[in-house]
Amino acid sequence: MIDPVLASRFQFALTTIVHIIFPVMSMGLAPFLIYFTWKDIRGGDPVYEQLRRFWTKIFAISFVVGTVTGIVLEFEFGTNFAAFSTTAGELFGGPLAIEGMMAFMLEATFLGIFVFGRERVSDRLYMVSSLAVGVGTWLSAVWILIANSWMQMPRGYELATENGDRVVHLVDPVAAYLNPRFGFMYVHMQNAAVESVALFMAGVAAYYVYRHHVWGNKTKNIVFWHETLKIALVALLITAPLQVLQGDLYARHVYETQPQKFAAMEAVWNTESYVPEYIFAIPTDLSQLTDPRAKELFGIGIPGGASWLASGGDATAEIRGLNTFDAEAPPVAIVFWSFRAMVGMGFWFILLAFWGGYRWYTGELFEDGLLHKALMGSSLLGFVAVELGWVVTEVGRQPWVIQGVLKTSEGVSPGLTGTEALITLVGFVGVYTAILTLYTYVVARVIRDGPPDVDASESASDRDAPPAGVPGDD
Amino acid sequence: MTSASVETLASGPLFGLPLPELWFALVFGLLGTFLFLDGFDFGAGAIFATLADDEAREAVLSAIGPFWDGNEVWLVVFGGALFAAFPPVYAELFSRHYLLMFGILGALILRGLAPEMYEQRHDERWQRWWGRSFVAGSVLAPFLLGAFAGNWLVGAPRSFTLVGVVVGVTVTTLTVVSGAAFLRLKTRDALPETVTRIGLGAVVAYLFAVVVTLGVVAARLPAGIDALLSAPVLALVAVSVVLGVGYGVALRHGANAVALAAAAGLTYGLIAVVAILMYPSIDPATGMTVREAIVSTLPLNLMSIGAALLLPLIATYFVVLYSAFSGPITAEEAY
Repeated sequence: MIDPVLASRFQFALTTIVHIIFPVMSMGLAPFLIYFTWKDIRGGDPVYEQLRRFWTKIFAISFVVGTVTGIVLEFEFGTNFAAFSTTAGELFGGPLAIEGMMAFMLEATFLGIFVFGRERVSDRLYMVSSLAVGVGTWLSAVWILIANSWMQMPRGYELATENGDRVVHLVDPVAAYLNPRFGFMYVHMQNAAVESVALFMAGVAAYYVYRHHVWGNKTKNIVFWHETLKIALVALLITAPLQVLQGDLYARHVYETQPQKFAAMEAVWNTESYVPEYIFAIPTDLSQLTDPRAKELFGIGIPGGASWLASGGDATAEIRGLNTFDAEAPPVAIVFWSFRAMVGMGFWFILLAFWGGYRWYTGELFEDGLLHKALMGSSLLGFVAVELGWVVTEVGRQPWVIQGVLKTSEGVSPGLTGTEALITLVGFVGVYTAILTLYTYVVARVIRDGPPDVDASESASDRDAPPAGVPGDD
Repeated sequence: MTSASVETLASGPLFGLPLPELWFALVFGLLGTFLFLDGFDFGAGAIFATLADDEAREAVLSAIGPFWDGNEVWLVVFGGALFAAFPPVYAELFSRHYLLMFGILGALILRGLAPEMYEQRHDERWQRWWGRSFVAGSVLAPFLLGAFAGNWLVGAPRSFTLVGVVVGVTVTTLTVVSGAAFLRLKTRDALPETVTRIGLGAVVAYLFAVVVTLGVVAARLPAGIDALLSAPVLALVAVSVVLGVGYGVALRHGANAVALAAAAGLTYGLIAVVAILMYPSIDPATGMTVREAIVSTLPLNLMSIGAALLLPLIATYFVVLYSAFSGPITAEEAY
C-alpha cells in the first residue's frame, strides 16, 4: 500500500498546481477589467463594453473554479497535514482566516454585482464593484503569501512543547507577518499574474488578427481583437522586463536567506566560489538524471555567473554547497531545470514584448504573421512559467515545510492510512482532470463565440434607465 | 506596532473578555451562517429536481446566481476561524473525518460547477446531466456537512456513523425549508405552486427529524438524556416548534421574507443546540475543552481585533449585494 506521506505530498502538489491557474487568471484579469469598466462607464467607444463583458465571462468562470478548488487547499491542511496544522496553527491559521474575511468575502459578494448586476445598480456602484472584486483578489494573495513567506523564512516565533506536540507560539507579529520575503514574493506573483494574462490575451487576439489580416478570413468584431492585442501588448511591455529585473533581486534574497534552496537552484554540491551559471547541463548517464551536474557529459556555463548573480556583481562570491547542510537535499534536477525554464521564458516574454512593440511602432502589428504565431504559441506559457516558479519555491525548500523548523514528512496527519490517502489521491486525479478539461472547453467556447454584440448607438446615459427586455449574455 | 503594544496584547485578553468562549460561539455562528445562506442555495438545488419545466429551472439558477459564491465563503471563514482559534481541533477533526471531508469537497465542487456548466450549452442531454449534478451536489453537500457536525458532537471515531446519517438528513431537510422560502421570495410566479407545498412538507419533516436526532444523539452523549433536558436545549426546541409553525403560516400567506427569517432562526437554533450540548468541550472525541484548545493570548487578541473590524464590514457587503438584487430576479438576468 502506498505511503500516506508520499500520497499526501502528491495530492497537495496536484491540488495546488491545478488551483493556482484560476487565481492567476482572476488576479491577472482584475486590473484589465477595472480599466475596461472605467472606460465603459465613462461612455464613448462601445468596444470597451465588449471588452468588459467578454473578459468578465472568463473571469467569472475562473473565479468559480478557483473557489471550489481553493476550499480544497484550506481543508487539506487539516485532513492531510494535521501535524503541521497543530504545530503551526497559531501563526499560520490567522492569515488564512483573515484572508477569508478580508479578501475572499469582498471579492465573492461584489462579484455577484459585477457579473449579474450591470442593469441593476448605478454606474458608480458598478465601478465600485469592479474595484472591490479586483482589490479582493489582490488582497487574497497578500494573506496567502504572508502565510507562505513565513514558512519560507520563519521569524517572530518561539517553539514550545504542548501535549507532546511541538508547537509554534507567536511572539512578534511584526517580524512574523511583515516578513521581507513577502515583499519579494508578492511583487513577483502579482506581476506574473498580469504578465500571464497579458500573454493569454495577446495569444487569443493574435489568432483572430492573423486569421483576419494574414489569412484574409474576415472576422467579426476585428476592432475588438485589435484593441485586445494592443492592450495586452502594453501590459506585456510593462510586466515582462519588470518580472526579470525583480526576479533577479528575489533570487539574491533567496541566496541570502534560504541558501539550501539557492544551492539546489544552481545544483551546487560543494561549497565553491567563482561558480559558473549553467544554462544547460547534461549528466553522463540516466542514473544521474536526478542530478544534472553530478558527472557532467556536457554543460554550458557562464564563468562566475551564478556567483555574480547571487551576490549582485561579485563573480568570486561563495555559494554554499548542498553537501554542507544537515538536511537532505531537495530533488535537485526538478529545481534546477524548473528554474532555468522559468528564467528562459521570462527572457522570451521580453523579446515578444519588444518585438510586438516594435511592430506596433512601425505600423505592422496586424501584418506580421510570424509575430502572431509566436504570440499564439506563447499564450499559455505565462501560466507554465508561474507553475515552474512555484515548483522552484516549494520543491526547493524541501525537505522543510517550515524552513529549518518542521519537515514536510513530519507534518502529515498521524492517523492517516495509506488506503484513505490513495482513495482521495486517485479521486483528485480524476476530478481535477475533469475540471481542467471542462474549464478549457468552456473558455475555448467563449473565445470561439467572440465578444457579445453591443448596440453602438447606445450611449452611457441611456443605460441609467432600466431597459425593458434586457438581453442576457447568452 | 511597537513592542510595548505587543506586550500589552500578549499580557491578557482584550478588555478582559472571555475570548475563548466568544470564539467558540463565533465558530458555530459562522457555521450557522453558512448553513443558512448556502443552505437556501442547497435547498433550491434540491427543489430544482422536482421541476421539469425549462423556464422554472432557469428561474432557480437565476435566483441563486448572484449570491451563492458569497454565501459559500462563510464555509471558508468557518474553517479559517476554527484553524486560527483552535488549531489542534481543526487538525484532529479534519484528519479524523478524512473521507467525509473530501466527500464534502467533492459535493461542493459539483454544486459549484454544475450551474456554470448547465448554462454553457442549451441542448437537452447536456442540461439533463448538469441538472442532475447540480441536484446531487446540492443534496450531498448539506447531508455530509450535517454528518460532520453530528460526528463532531458525539465524538465519533470515524466518518460514517448512524448519528452522522441522522443529523445529515436533518440538515438536508432544513436546507429545503430555507430553499423553498428563498425561491418563493426571489422568483415571483416563475415557479409552480408545488414549491410552497414542498416547503410545508419539509418543515414538518424537519421538526420530526429533530425529534429523532435528539433521541439518537442522547443515546450517544456521555451525559445521556440529562444533557437534552437542560433548560436552554428545551427552550431552543420549543422555539424551533414555534418557528416551524410560523414558517408554515407565513409561506402559505406569501409572507416569504418572514418565512425565510423563520428558516434562519431554525438553522441558528439547530447549531446552537449542537454548541450547547458540546460545551465546555470543543472536541468530545478527545475531551479537549475550549480553554485547552485555544491559541495563546497574543494571536487570539490580534484575531479578535481583526474579526471585530471585518465582520461588520462583511455584513455591509451582504447588505449591498442583497439590496442590489432585491425583489424577484428574472431568468434573463442570469448568466
